[in-house]
This record gives sequence, structure tokens and C-alpha cells, in this order.
Amino acid sequence: MTATLSSPPATRTPAARRPRRPRERTPADLWSVVGSAISALCLNWLIFYRFTDGASLFGFALCSYVTFLVLFTVVTRDRLGRLVAADRVMTVVVMSAGVIVMVPLLLLIGYILIEGVKALRITFFVRDQLGITPLMDSTAGGGAHAIVGTLEQVGLALLWSLPLGLAAAVFLNESRSKWRRPVRIFVDAMSGLPSIIAGLFIFATLILPFGHTGGLFGFNGFMASLALAITMLPTITRTVEVVLRLVPDGLREASLAMGASRARTVWSVVFPTARTGMTTAVVLGIARAVGETAPLLFTAFGYDLMNTNPFSGAQESLPLFVYRNIRKPDLSAIARGFAGALVLMLIVLALFAVARYLGRDRSKRRAASNRRRSAALSSAAASSAGASS
Amino acid sequence: MHDEPSRADRNFNRITMAAGISVLVLLTLVGVFLLLQSHEAIAETGPWQFLTRTEWRTDVQPARIGVLGLLTGTILVALTAVAIAIPFSVFASLAITEYASATTRKWLTGMVDLLAAVPSLLFGLWGFLYLSDKIVPISRWLTDHLGWIPFFKTDPGAKLIGSIFIAGIVVALMVLPIITSIVREVFSQAPAGEKEAALALGGTRWGMIRTVVLPYGRGGIIGGSMLGLGRALGETIAVALLLPQVPEVSIKILQNGGATVSGFIANRAGADSFTVSGLMAAGLVLFVITLATNMIASVVVSKSRSGVGVEL
Repeated sequence: MTATLSSPPATRTPAARRPRRPRERTPADLWSVVGSAISALCLNWLIFYRFTDGASLFGFALCSYVTFLVLFTVVTRDRLGRLVAADRVMTVVVMSAGVIVMVPLLLLIGYILIEGVKALRITFFVRDQLGITPLMDSTAGGGAHAIVGTLEQVGLALLWSLPLGLAAAVFLNESRSKWRRPVRIFVDAMSGLPSIIAGLFIFATLILPFGHTGGLFGFNGFMASLALAITMLPTITRTVEVVLRLVPDGLREASLAMGASRARTVWSVVFPTARTGMTTAVVLGIARAVGETAPLLFTAFGYDLMNTNPFSGAQESLPLFVYRNIRKPDLSAIARGFAGALVLMLIVLALFAVARYLGRDRSKRRAASNRRRSAALSSAAASSAGASS
Repeated sequence: MHDEPSRADRNFNRITMAAGISVLVLLTLVGVFLLLQSHEAIAETGPWQFLTRTEWRTDVQPARIGVLGLLTGTILVALTAVAIAIPFSVFASLAITEYASATTRKWLTGMVDLLAAVPSLLFGLWGFLYLSDKIVPISRWLTDHLGWIPFFKTDPGAKLIGSIFIAGIVVALMVLPIITSIVREVFSQAPAGEKEAALALGGTRWGMIRTVVLPYGRGGIIGGSMLGLGRALGETIAVALLLPQVPEVSIKILQNGGATVSGFIANRAGADSFTVSGLMAAGLVLFVITLATNMIASVVVSKSRSGVGVEL
């Protein structure tokens, strides 16, 4: 009995026990974190930069982190016992993993921002690469042709895939057809199709057999839009279907019970309820399509000059512009590629922000305003009641 | 009263049915054409040779093309990526579901979603021109001190840039949000009653996570990782930029070399018809592997206790 009682994990000094909230932080907790961190840093600095000639910064950071964890474990274990030490150390590990996940994202955005700004001028949005030679400055010329190409290709791809994807999602979720299962299996399977294969497929079926004659069946923006549509169709269908599934069945049943047809129910009840979710899904789909490079390599092919006609002749797009430029050997071309990458990143970030804005959680605000309204109503009712009495 | 559907309903049924069937037909056509077009190359080399040969030469007669070297690279890159991404995904999901306050949770979720929205091209660009040089010392250290592990061995004097390891790190960043979103979903569905019971019995938070959340989410972790693997297998542009795209069978992931199916295809835009047929066949093999991975993933997730309501 004594043995089982004396071994419990909580503290080593049962005499000093006092009621303590589970997640309370005492100054001693803070000091043991800070102290362990400082001593780990100092120790590793000594080893890395004084006693030896040092490895990379990464090695220093990694070793310091591991030393910090070891020190922190020892300190906490000595103060509070084994179980609490494990809990504290895992808290530190989990939170630092959360922070480390952010680091590459911020580095990436920062890097493209810094490198892109160097070559990005306002002329980027109005000029193409007409008459640009490798010796010219990186700010010469621009990417207007790429922006036009991206807009046309993504627009056309949306035109093909959006209506079909929406209707297919409605079919999967709102109809009672026995064909729903095979359609769903195929949509799921096709969403795993690597996007480069979509481009290769369009190239092999619609471009190659016609022997590069140009025109409609050659490299052009229209072919790129078809390849993009093949990659977008399963994504749009799946995401919209998930959103439609979230619409409560009670709403559908209420509408049907009042005598509305299925079509009317979908149009007037399901779509309005799911509208924000559907818009978010579609906007994120566009953001993904804007950055797609692989399907365009075999279809739009890339072109240095402005070509506003998507149905004839090779066309540039922003991802292709970036991809082609950063693979060139000259530094000015690479800088131009970065300017394009910056524009591409800004477009994607803007679309992402739009999607977040549309899909933001409105329930809280509405609940608050409802409360305010009901409070106002009740106070109005109370005052009118008071006036009448 | 009669059960006859109204005209509006009949039209509705017809239109949605047409859409569903046309999606089915369209996607089947893509599959059938892939098969037909890859036939030429497979017929010329023979299916077995195609699967087991490493080199890719279309300049000799008959062409000697094989997909083994490409597949080795593809699978190594994907495995490296997923191996790096899993611990970070699990810890980040735990941070989101169990540790973070409401505000931090919103920020963390937003950041992970943003990571998913960044185009592959930008990851490739960043990895190609910025990250590669930073990774080389790490590769050097790994091969110097852990060289006895077969994966970390390098040839003497080999360049360490343009390696499968570097490509794997960049692809890991791309699959991280996919794995995280599944794992997060599964963790957030861990039964509150069991969690509270663990805490009420005097367990610490980590004790609660170890005994309730992690066992409950195991299926989700495995399924999410396989889904990430499926995505990593098809990754194209970043890998096309980062690897030299020379097919070879080698597990020395730290040194220059390696090729992946999709990256190899991407570097051959505008090829002749026979090469395209061969590329199609390689793409078909990749597609079959991806498909199998995704299907196993969805079965694992839906069969596990936690994954019933999770959307892959």
C-alpha cells in the first residue's frame, strides 16, 4: 500500500503539495525553459565556434535544439518527476514543429518577393518579349503576353469544366440514379491522374496526329485549356460534392414536402445554402489551375510574343514564362522569371485571400447580431409593455 | 394521386444524368486512349523488358526503353518526402487540435492551407535556386557520419547538388498540407469522453494524447500518409527542375542523379510520336501505381475507427 502510494508520479515532495491547476505556469517553469535554451545555445556556440571550426548554421541549430531538449528534460524531471517532464517536453516539441512548418513558407514567400521586386517594373504588365536579347537588362520587356495567355487558358478551362463539374456534383449528390457509384469511382480515380499526363494525352490525341499544322489542332491556348479542364474536372466535382453533402437534408425535405420539384429544390434551396462553400471551392480550384505548369508544356508550348488568339498558334502563360526563363543560362532571364513568379504568387495569394474571405465563419457574427437584435426586440417589448401598463 | 415525376423533374434527371454519364465517358476515354497510345512503344520493346529495363534510348533500332530507372527515382523521391513530412504533419496536427488557443489554431490552419495553395512551380523555383545550396552541407554531414547506412552512401567525389534527397525535401513541403489536413480531421474527431476520462484519471496532456488521440488517429495517419505518397508520386515541375532526369537504379539518395516519371516526361515537350508513346506507357505505369496507392489510402482511412466520416 505504501509502495503504491509513495511511487506516484506527480511530485517528489508531497509535503509541499498545494492545489494546482493542470495548465498553470509558474515562474519556475518559464525560467527552466529559458535557462535550458540559453545554456544549450552557449554550450553549442562554445563547441561549434570556439573549440572546432564549426559546421553549418543548420548543424548548430539542430544540435542546440537537441541539447535544449535534453537539458529541459533533466531540469523538469528533477523538479516535477518523469511524467510531467514527458508532458512538458512533448509540448515544446509539438509547438516547435508547428513553428518549423511555417518557416519554409515564409522563406519561400520572402525569397520570391525580394528576387521578384528587382526585375518587376510597370512595363512588365504592358510589354512582351519582343526584341529581347540575352545581353539586355532584366527590366527590359515584360510578361503581358503571359498574363493574357494565363487569363484566356484558365478562363476557357473554367468554361469547359465548371458547368460539367457542377452538374456532375449535383448528379452524385441529389439524384437517385444507379450510375452514381461508377461515376464516383471514376472521378476519384481520375483525380489521381498526374497533371503532366493530361497534357501529354491532349498532345498525343489532338496535336500529334495532325502533324503540327498549326491552327486549331496545333500548339495553342485552346489545347492548354482542354488539358487544364481534364485536371480541374475531378477536383471541382469532388469538392463541390462535399459542400453539397453538408446541406442539411431537412431543408431538402421541407422543400419537397411543400411540393417543389427536385430541380426547384436544388436551384432554390440547396444552391443558395451551399453558395459560399461552392464559391470557395471554385476559387481555390482557379488558384490551383493558375499555377499549373505541367499540362501546359505539351499544349500551349510557350511563345515569346503576344498572341491574343487562344485558338491558333503557341501561347505563353505565366507559369510557362517562369519555367522557361529560369532554365535559361543568362542571369537577366532568370531575373525576369522571378518577376513572373512574383506576379504569379501575388495572383495566387489574392485568390487565396478571396476564398478565405468568402468562406469565413459567419456564424459567430450572425449569432452576435441575432443576440443584439433579440435583445433590442425584448427591450423594445419591455419598454412598450412598461408604457402600456 | 400518381407518382409520375413532373416535367421539371424529368428534365432535371435527364440533365444531371447526362452530366454524370459524360464525365464517366470522358474519363474512360482518357484511360482508353492512354492504353491505346502506349501500345506502340510497349509492343516494340515487349512489356517485360519495358518494366525491367533501366535505360531510355530511342536513337537505336529497335528502341531500348524501360521504366525501371524512372520508377526507382519516383518512388525514392516520394518515400523521402513522406518520411520527412509525417512527423511534422502529426506534430502540427496535434498543435492545431490539442495545444493551440483558438487564435493560434486559426493562424496555423490558415498557414497550412496557404502552403497547399502555393503552386508547385514556385516550390521548385525556390528549391532550385535557394534551398539546394543550403541543403548540401546537411547532405555532406549525413554522408560523412552516417555513410554506413546504404541510403546515405555516396560515391567518392560525387556532387551533392541535384539529389533525390533535395527533391524529397521540396516535395515534402508540398505533401505536408495534404497529410496534415487528413490527420487534423481525424484527431479532431477523437472522442471527447475518452479524452476527458484520461485527464480525469490524472493523466498529463501528453499521456492523454499518447493513450487516446494517437491510437484513435492511427488509421488516419496511415491513410493520410498514403494519400500524400500518391500526390508525391505525380509531382512534376519541382522535380523536373531539381533532378538531372537521367534514369538510373541507385539508392544513393544524397548524390546528384535520379529521374522521375513525370519529371522525365516534362523535359521532353514536343517529342516525336514514338517517344510520346513510350512516355505515355511510362505515364500509364505511374498512373496505375498512384491509383493503387490512393485506393489503399481510402480503404485504410474508411476502415479505421476514426475515418468513417473523413473525406479524402
